Amino acid sequence: MTAPERDADDSDQADESAARLRALKPIDCDIHPPTPVMAELLPYLDDHWHEVMVSRGIDGLGLASYPPGAALSARPEWRGADGRPGGDLDLLRREALAPWNTRLAICHCLHGAAAMFSEDMGAALARAVNDWVAAEWLDREPLLRASILVSPRSAELAVAEIERCAADPRFVAVLLLAGGEMPLGRRAHWPIYAAAARLRLPIGIHAGSDFHNPITNVGWPSYLVEDYVDQAVIFQHQLLSLIGEGVFTKFPDLRVVLIESGFTWLPAFLWRATKEWRALRSEVPWVDRSPAEIVREHVRVTLQPTDAPPAPEDLARVMEQIGAERLLLFSTDFPHWQWDGGAVLPAGLPARLLPRIAVETPLETFPRLRHPAVPPRAPAIPIEGFAP
Amino acid sequence: MSEQVLERARESETRLGIVDCDIHPMLRSETALLPYLSQRWREELTTNGLRTRNPFVASYAVPKATPALSRRDSWPPSGGPPGSDLDFMRAQYLDPYGIETGILQVLIPSGKDQRNPAFGAALCAALNDWQVAEWTAPEPRLKASIIIPAEDAEASVAEIARCAGQRDFVSVFISARTTEPLGRKRYWPIFAEAERQGLPIGIHTGGSNGIAKTPSGWPSFYFEDHFGDALAMQPLLTSLVLEGVFEAFPGLKVAMIEGGFGWAPSLGWRLDQHWARMRSEVPHVKHPPSHYIRRQVWFATQPIEEPAERRDLRALIDWIGWDRLVFASDYPHWDMDDPRLAFKIALDEAETRAVFRGNASAAYRLA
Repeated sequence: MTAPERDADDSDQADESAARLRALKPIDCDIHPPTPVMAELLPYLDDHWHEVMVSRGIDGLGLASYPPGAALSARPEWRGADGRPGGDLDLLRREALAPWNTRLAICHCLHGAAAMFSEDMGAALARAVNDWVAAEWLDREPLLRASILVSPRSAELAVAEIERCAADPRFVAVLLLAGGEMPLGRRAHWPIYAAAARLRLPIGIHAGSDFHNPITNVGWPSYLVEDYVDQAVIFQHQLLSLIGEGVFTKFPDLRVVLIESGFTWLPAFLWRATKEWRALRSEVPWVDRSPAEIVREHVRVTLQPTDAPPAPEDLARVMEQIGAERLLLFSTDFPHWQWDGGAVLPAGLPARLLPRIAVETPLETFPRLRHPAVPPRAPAIPIEGFAP
Repeated sequence: MSEQVLERARESETRLGIVDCDIHPMLRSETALLPYLSQRWREELTTNGLRTRNPFVASYAVPKATPALSRRDSWPPSGGPPGSDLDFMRAQYLDPYGIETGILQVLIPSGKDQRNPAFGAALCAALNDWQVAEWTAPEPRLKASIIIPAEDAEASVAEIARCAGQRDFVSVFISARTTEPLGRKRYWPIFAEAERQGLPIGIHTGGSNGIAKTPSGWPSFYFEDHFGDALAMQPLLTSLVLEGVFEAFPGLKVAMIEGGFGWAPSLGWRLDQHWARMRSEVPHVKHPPSHYIRRQVWFATQPIEEPAERRDLRALIDWIGWDRLVFASDYPHWDMDDPRLAFKIALDEAETRAVFRGNASAAYRLA
C-alpha cells in the first residue's frame, strides 16, 4: 500500500507544519554521514593498524544491513555523483540541514567496526571512525554533532573509547547496534552504561545487526525488506533485556535512544511487557516499576521511519499512547529513504507537539547539546564528569 | 467493568458452547507413548531418549514459571502431570466452562525438534495415534491437530495425508521456532498439502530450533523468554507474507496461537510501508502485506491483550477483524485465559458469538 493520496487540504496542512518546523529550528537526532572506506580511515589509524589494513587488504566494512545500492540506504537524490549514500558535506548541508533550518544534527556513522569479531581490531576501527567523523564532519560544519561508535565486544575497550571521545563536547551519545552477540541488558555491558551515565551521554541503539546471530529467532530471512521489517523486533527484544536485567534500576540516570527503530509497535509492546512483569516480577525483583513507566522515564525514540497507520487519526492515537511529547525526537534519517518530497512530518502528528519533538525533548535527551561546542585543542584527556 | 457485565457474559457464553482452539493434553509419562511406537523407536526412546537442541535432559533451556508450566491446581488427583487425565480435564475445564469443542495442541514431546529426524517423524505419528485413541475417540468434544516433523517437508506431507481423512483432526500443528523462517520454500509442500486437505495450519508459540531466543543472543530470564516466544510470531508471519506463501496458496488458512495479537496492526503498517518502498525485491508479493494477513490469518486470543486503556483493545480487534479472532484458553498452563474473564471490555452478542464460537467453527470447519 502506498501512502494515501493527499487532497489539497492535507497538503496545505503539510506545508504549514513544515513552515512551523523551520521556524522552530529543529534538532535532527538521526542523520548519517557516508560510511568511510578504508582509504579514508588510514590517516586515523596508528602505524600497526595502518599496516594491518593495507597488507591484508581489509576494506568494505560498511554494514550489510544497509547495502549501498539499496533504496533503503539513500533516496535517489541523496546520493553523491558516484552513487554513494549521503554524498558529501555539501549534499548533507543542502538536503538535510538547509530545508529544515536545522539548529543541530546528530551524525551516527554506521560502520562495521561494531561488527568485528576481534575486540582489538573493532576498537581500533571505531577509534579511527570517530576521529574521521570529528575531523571531516564536525570540524567542517559547526551544526553537526556525533555519537561515539564503539564495539561492544569488549566493554573495557569501549569504555576507553567513550572516555577518550567524551573530552570533545561535540560527541553527544554512544552508538550501539540493535542486533548483537549478547542481549544489551547483560552485565557484560554495564561498564559502558556506567561510563555513559557518568559522562551524560545517552546510549543510542541504531537499527542494524552485526550478524553474529541470525537476525530473527526463527533464522535468517531471505530478503532485505524482510531484514529491515524484522529490525523492529530486534529492538523489542533489546528493550526487554534492558528492562529485565535491571539496567535502569542500576543506572537511574541512563537514557536510551532507539534510533531508526520505528515506534508504532511500542504501545502493544508495553502492554505485553507490563502484563509479563505483573505475572513474573518475582523472577526479576529489581524491576521495581512497570515497563511502561521505565520506558517513559528512560527511553526515547526517533521519528523516522514512522511506520504510520493509514489513517492520520490512528497515528495521533499512537502518539497519545506512547506519550510522544516526552518520548519522540525529530529525525530525518538522512540519507535513508523513509519519506518522500518534504513530508518528514507524518500526517497525524499533532502540531502542538512540534516544539517538544523538534527542540525541547532533544535538548533534554542529549544534555551535551546545550554546551558550546569547543573541540579540545590538544591530545584529548578524559574529563571526569564533563560538567556543563 | 461492572460485575453485572461479567455475569451476563458468563450466561451467554455457557449457552453458546465455546470453541477453545488451544488445549494441551499431556502424556501421563514418557512410557505412555511406547504402545504407539515401533520396536526400533521404543528402544530409541528408552535408551537415548528425547534429544533436541536444549542443554538439559529433561528441562527447558530457560526454566518456566511453574512446575510443568501449569496452573498449580491442575494436577490430576489420579497422579500424572497436568493435562494427562481426561476425566479431570472434563471436570475442571470442559464441563464447567461449557466447552463444546476443544482443539488439542500437543507440545511435548516435540517430534519436530528432535535431532534424529526419523525418530522425530515416528514421534509425531505416535502422538497423532495417541490423540485419537486416548482423547478424541473417548471424548467427542475434543478435536486433534496433526503433529508433523515440520523440518522434513516430505515426511510432514505423508503424515498429513495419513491423518487428514479422519474427522478427529481439524488442523495441522507447527511450533513457531522453526530452523528457518517458515515462509521459505523448503516448507511449501506442507502448505500445499494443508491447502489441498482444507486444514488450517495452527502455528503455536514455542519449540526449540537451536537459534538464540533473541536476535542478539540468549536472554537470562523467563520474563524475556516467555515474551520472546510471542515475538517470534512477527518474523514468522513476515516471512510467510514476503516469501509469497499467501500468494502461492490463496486457500491456505493460518492461525497464530498463543502469540497474542496486539502486535499485528503495527506489524501490518510497517510491512506495508517498507514493502511499498522496496517491493521490486519481492515482485511475487503483489498486494500490500496487510491484505494477505487480513485475508488468510486468524489470531487466537490468549494471552489476551491488556491495553492500558480498554478502548484500545477494541481498536486492535477492529484492525484484525472481528471475524478473525478465535478464543483460546491454553488450559492447563499457568497463563491460561478464563473465557469468562479474559476480555476486559464488554462484547455484544454478535461479537461474543463470533469470537467464542463462530469464527473458529468456520476456520476449522467444525459444523
